Amino acid sequence: MERSKIKKIAVLTLEDGQVFRGSSFGAEGEAYGEVVFNTSMMGYQEILTDPSYKGQMVCMTYPLIGNYGVNKEDMESTRPFLEGFIVKEVSRIYSNWRATEDLGSYLKRNNIVGIEGIDTRRLTKHIREHGAKKGVISTTDFDGKNLVRKAKASAGLEGRDLIKEVTCKKAYDWNATGKYRVAAIDSGIKHNILRNLEARGCQVRVFPATAQAKEISEFKPHGLFLSNGPGDPAALSYIVNTVKELIGTKLPVFGICLGHQILGQVFGGKTFKLKFGHHGGNQPVQDLETGAVLITAQNHGFAVDVDSIPDKNVVLTHVNLNDRTCEGMEHKTLPVFSVQYHPEAAPGPHDAACHFDKFIGMMKKNA
Amino acid sequence: MPKRTDIKKILIIGSGPIVIGQACEFDYSGTQACKALREDGFEVILINSNPATIMTDPQTADRTYIEPITVEFLEKIIQIEKPDAVLPTLGGQTALNTAVKAHEAGIFEKYGVKMIGVNVDSIKKAEDRQLFKKAMQKIGLDMPRSGLAHTIEEAREVLKEIKLPVVVRPSFTLGGTGGGICETMQEFERIAAYGLQLSMTSQILIEESIVGWKEFELEVMRDRKDNVVIICSIENFDPMGVHTGDSITVAPAQTLTDVEYQKMRDASIACIREIGVETGGSNIQFALNPDDGRMIVIEMNPRVSRSSALASKATGFPIAKIAAKLAVGYTLDEIPNDITRMTPASFEPTIDYCVVKIPRFAFEKFPGADATLGTQMKSVGEVMAIGRTFKEAFQKGLRGLEIKAAGFESKKATGDLLKNLKTPNAERFAYLKRALEEGMSLEKIHEITNIDPWFLENLAEIVEFEKELRSATKLGGLSPVFLRRAKEMGFSDIQLGEIFSASETEIREIRKEEGIIPAYKLVDTCAAEFEAFTPYYYSTYEEEDEVKTTSKKKIMILGGGPNRIGQGIEFDYCCCHAAFALKDAGFETIMVNCNPETVSTDYDTSDRLYFEPVTFEDVMNIIDKEKPQGVIVQFGGQTPLNLALALKKAGVPVIGTSPEAIDRAEDRKKFSQLIQKLGLRQPANGNAVTFEEARREASRIGYPVLVRPSYVLGGRAMEIIYDETVLENYMNRMTDVTVDRPILVDQFLEDAKEVDVDMIADGETFVVGGVMEHIEQAGIHSGDSACSLPPYSLSTAVIDEIRRQTAALARELRVIGLMNVQFAVKNNEVYVLEVNPRASRTIPFVSKAIGVPLAKLASQVMAGKKLKELGFTSEIVPDFFSVKEVVLPFVRFRGADILLGPEMKSTGEVMGIDADFSLAFAKAQIAASSSLPLEGTVFVSVKDRDKVAIVPIARLLHEMGFSLASTSGTAKVLGENGIPTEILKKVAEGSPNAMDLVRQGKLALAINTPAGEKPRQDEIRIRTLAVTHGVPCVTTIEGAKASVNGIRSMKEKTMKVNALQDYHKQLKTKKPVYV
Ligand SMILES: Nc1ncnc2c1ncn2[C@@H]1O[C@H](COP(=O)(O)OP(=O)(O)O)[C@@H](O)[C@H]1O
Ligand SMILES: Nc1ncnc2c1ncn2[C@@H]1O[C@H](COP(=O)(O)OP(=O)(O)O)[C@@H](O)[C@H]1O
Ligand SMILES: [Mg+2]
Ligand SMILES: [Mg+2]
Repeated sequence: MERSKIKKIAVLTLEDGQVFRGSSFGAEGEAYGEVVFNTSMMGYQEILTDPSYKGQMVCMTYPLIGNYGVNKEDMESTRPFLEGFIVKEVSRIYSNWRATEDLGSYLKRNNIVGIEGIDTRRLTKHIREHGAKKGVISTTDFDGKNLVRKAKASAGLEGRDLIKEVTCKKAYDWNATGKYRVAAIDSGIKHNILRNLEARGCQVRVFPATAQAKEISEFKPHGLFLSNGPGDPAALSYIVNTVKELIGTKLPVFGICLGHQILGQVFGGKTFKLKFGHHGGNQPVQDLETGAVLITAQNHGFAVDVDSIPDKNVVLTHVNLNDRTCEGMEHKTLPVFSVQYHPEAAPGPHDAACHFDKFIGMMKKNA
Repeated sequence: MPKRTDIKKILIIGSGPIVIGQACEFDYSGTQACKALREDGFEVILINSNPATIMTDPQTADRTYIEPITVEFLEKIIQIEKPDAVLPTLGGQTALNTAVKAHEAGIFEKYGVKMIGVNVDSIKKAEDRQLFKKAMQKIGLDMPRSGLAHTIEEAREVLKEIKLPVVVRPSFTLGGTGGGICETMQEFERIAAYGLQLSMTSQILIEESIVGWKEFELEVMRDRKDNVVIICSIENFDPMGVHTGDSITVAPAQTLTDVEYQKMRDASIACIREIGVETGGSNIQFALNPDDGRMIVIEMNPRVSRSSALASKATGFPIAKIAAKLAVGYTLDEIPNDITRMTPASFEPTIDYCVVKIPRFAFEKFPGADATLGTQMKSVGEVMAIGRTFKEAFQKGLRGLEIKAAGFESKKATGDLLKNLKTPNAERFAYLKRALEEGMSLEKIHEITNIDPWFLENLAEIVEFEKELRSATKLGGLSPVFLRRAKEMGFSDIQLGEIFSASETEIREIRKEEGIIPAYKLVDTCAAEFEAFTPYYYSTYEEEDEVKTTSKKKIMILGGGPNRIGQGIEFDYCCCHAAFALKDAGFETIMVNCNPETVSTDYDTSDRLYFEPVTFEDVMNIIDKEKPQGVIVQFGGQTPLNLALALKKAGVPVIGTSPEAIDRAEDRKKFSQLIQKLGLRQPANGNAVTFEEARREASRIGYPVLVRPSYVLGGRAMEIIYDETVLENYMNRMTDVTVDRPILVDQFLEDAKEVDVDMIADGETFVVGGVMEHIEQAGIHSGDSACSLPPYSLSTAVIDEIRRQTAALARELRVIGLMNVQFAVKNNEVYVLEVNPRASRTIPFVSKAIGVPLAKLASQVMAGKKLKELGFTSEIVPDFFSVKEVVLPFVRFRGADILLGPEMKSTGEVMGIDADFSLAFAKAQIAASSSLPLEGTVFVSVKDRDKVAIVPIARLLHEMGFSLASTSGTAKVLGENGIPTEILKKVAEGSPNAMDLVRQGKLALAINTPAGEKPRQDEIRIRTLAVTHGVPCVTTIEGAKASVNGIRSMKEKTMKVNALQDYHKQLKTKKPVYV
């Protein structure tokens, strides 16, 4: 528990000229990305290691972060993927029996630039009102004009395929045995999805996002899983095509988040960018069949436009009660369904864990 | 699923008087529920005996019964009103327990009343410790090892299994009443026996002690479609072993990973489903082993609670309101979130600030009581503070507490450090600070206190920064950067002034020059994800300020801060009324307060709510921002009143009676001049700084004398002194005495009647609100005495004289608004004891008795209206009697001397209304849970002065069939008068004595009046024992008279119930107004 000494300056600058002065924590240097906010009050470790944040810098709306440190178990992937981390106050110590490291050291070790001590609520409101913005965090350059230029010049998300940076290089087995063979296409898959499948008796093989349909078929899967992932779903025609090939085989398919957006395109629909996305653990989603409300974990900046799907067998099953956007859909004749939110939670509530059971049920029927 | 159509009329059960563990949070929840249900077209019937509540305002419910909350009265009301449903989850443990009893008595079935919100099985499953344990085992949740006992023998058996240390937890009690941690066999015997006696079902759980674990609470809501959401998580700063009500608590949980939090969330959902709370809110408590994360369920409250009020204020999510809507059939997704308007209530609030609640204690009022903190709740109030960091919120909370601390300070840590760290007590933050200042390591402090290192680290950062600040002065300067950082960490201007040897105002000036002023942020339930429409703010030192001020005419109302003995819900009631009335009159109203339990801090009450400490600094910051046309300081009790002069000096437009006039009434010297000028009479008096002076004054005035410090509320440290030795002792004990703040020495009027008068005035018209004759004689604090409106024994001549004097005082003081005067009447002479040119504790009671909202009128008067315009120009003297009775907290303070005196000790009050005075009195007694007995043994032991007066009282008791038992002196007098009594020994002389009677459960009533200057040791013991055994205990001859007459009326007449609205219809103005 080493205490930080004199704090170094860090500055966050948005492409539209907004400046937030704070101090540096984690790695020093410069980082670029789309700035989004996450409203989860706990679970920063899962957020850091969620590959879907590739290309983004995350502002935690809860001001006190790092309180329980970082532990070995709550990893959603092998390392942090986001570009930068923005908080109000980082705890100088951590307090939890599972913790092994403090947040600052962890970020530093993984070369992630962080900024603390800024008015994160002002930043959040700015994003809410003006939409997600490209930004730069710098601990080296404090020249306002320069920074705005850098922010503008940074890549952003729209039209960008970030999957290649987060997917596995080649297929691997998550676990060795299980009743149902599940092929998971890894666009940046969160480990808790894999844990959930494993816990329900699946033997999961994880395929790179670029895997061909043939390679996947050879595994003779009972079910196909499409994972979450970063970036613009519209840039991923190669995954869309792979799935198109596999779907005709009456193979049960389950998609989460980006996986859901890919399915939307498989059925001919379009996706669109939300103003500032849904990132948090308190989003109310209604199951249109039962009327039940699930409190869900979400992390997406794009959504499926269900009305754009020409295939009338695809029905809307879940809707977000805050903004009525599409949260889930299902095919009436094929064993295919998907949700925009995260039933695996991590972080977030477990209300939607039942979707994994549904997927198992489909495979059981098929087996 | 829209609202139910099979229900039209709903009976809501309130929570009765304010007691420790059940305070004004239930007025907040009950009021919300009434509003919510009426909005939806339901007819709402209310029963609540507590007049100081907004919920018992005649406009809040359709029909309001200010009657005792007992099964008997509930049935009477149901007979008249024939409600379709009863909603028992909003009135705390009182409502829940009454509903269970009524159900068991078959009353709901008999009249076809449905219970909504919860069913009896669920209540039992949650409240009965054994059933609860079974239920938790069924769903696989961990509980501490434990066993159940119904007798002390069983308890001993259980102990063999569980082994010391254990925790005793009674079933169906409130605020841990009767429970405790037992480390020794002795403690076990005592606590187990006591717990058995206090449990409604004589059931206690003896449980493995997990003292020192982390404690958490989750606030859960469920609707009838089985949707469940968590509104808030709360982490206790104080670990297991300190009741959550006495713990500093923090929202949201700070030291849980998402994995652990979700496990707790899952457990809560499973719990509410298994217990079967159909709709509404519940509170579930957990303990977590800090070494391995083992999670244990401690208990569930199947109703809204103190914590749910806190959670509502902490998040902006109105739990009680939503609970009421869910109870009538709505589902969460059908109810909009008021704050965002666009999103539904079916979500989980997320916050972007840190909330700290700090309890407020009153041990100084109960010398002799055990002042350590345990599983039994002892605090009397709380503050909540919101900040962007824990450090900021914590320091804000401490300065809002009004315990003479301007933030995190160690001044009060004057005792043994280790001992005070080890045993939790009310001053523990002072000791924590001292430990840190002395360089004790966090590890060591954690080891001693079990407080989580994360909290300790934050405290350490404050201490560390303070050190830096102190060294900065040496270096000769306070840089703006430093100053800003200090403010970000919650340092107050007073604290900084102390560090830099400057005054609060100097720091304030420097700060403002540097532009270091607070930004106000919104509480919006959603961490800014959606636009919020509810103007609920807190201050912090950050960039963006979100307040949108307007140019409308604004009036700001200063609230009363934390509840404490002497300043409670009555003052909040007045603040709310001011807000309601001024809003109606077209002003924009701004409320400033930091008490989370209250209606005043409901975001619905005023146009803008600033959840801030009521200190000069915090109030001035808001005034700078809002620039109100008027500020009301008269309604929140002593807290805002103490700011009046400083505000005025700072150029703030304080409206109503001028601060100078307030000072003239509060300052003894000026007051005496005032009394002389008006030709009135006051007890002879003087001031003293030293014992020598006190001695001189006392002998000039003549003993007995009444002594007290100046500028106090609730008679703090006020004593009646009969001789010099005691006087010397008193003067030695008083430390804060200075020439500016001397000790006041007054002639004590023995055997005098006391009268309270409330008046409203506008400078032209002076109207008496009510004349209240006390039941107890002068010498028992007005806040602790029962009283009757109208007077029951005073002559018309005396009452008229009192009216005349009151008006004269109001005129002289140029009262604009409310004024309260206390008189003593001795031998038909009227003495003025005290004038309070402000709202008094009795305003809600009087308003209800006379059917006129005095505080509403007064606020309008302060804003410039005339009473004539408002149509209130003459006193209303009802032809029914309203009796106020008080509720005392002695059950909580075992060992404390329970004698009543000039220092106020009660926590709450009830009202009994009836056409017949003695029935009204009897009702008030029942409502105060000191129900008068109809048979049994009465212990009578009176001081010599009362020996004549006791005879007719004892005779009446005898004639009504009671047996009497007395100590020798009293027995002799009674015997001489032909009244048979059993003679008991004095306690010191051995058995049989009165204590034996109490222990054997034979005593029905004790009449025991204090003998002279000092209560004798055995009198204290008898009273203490009587009170803990629930035996009504009368300590004055007046009380005895009223009680015995009450008993007679109860025997001869049947008690009827009547709605407040009907009483008010009977009222007509009868008396002329004295101008
Ligand atoms: N087994 C136990 N070991 C140690 N402390 C306990 C135990 N059970 C309860 N407590 C403490 O006692 C307090 C009061 O207990 P609880 O059952 O919640 O009573 P209440 O019904 O008054 O809220 C809790 O807040 C907790 O701090
Ligand atoms: N001179 C007196 N003689 C007898 N009783 C007195 C006298 N002065 C005060 N008291 C008693 O003490 C109580 C408290 O005194 P008061 O001046 O009203 O203090 P507070 O400001 O706390 O209300 C009164 O309600 C009254 O019963
Ligand atoms: Mg409890
Ligand atoms: Mg008084």
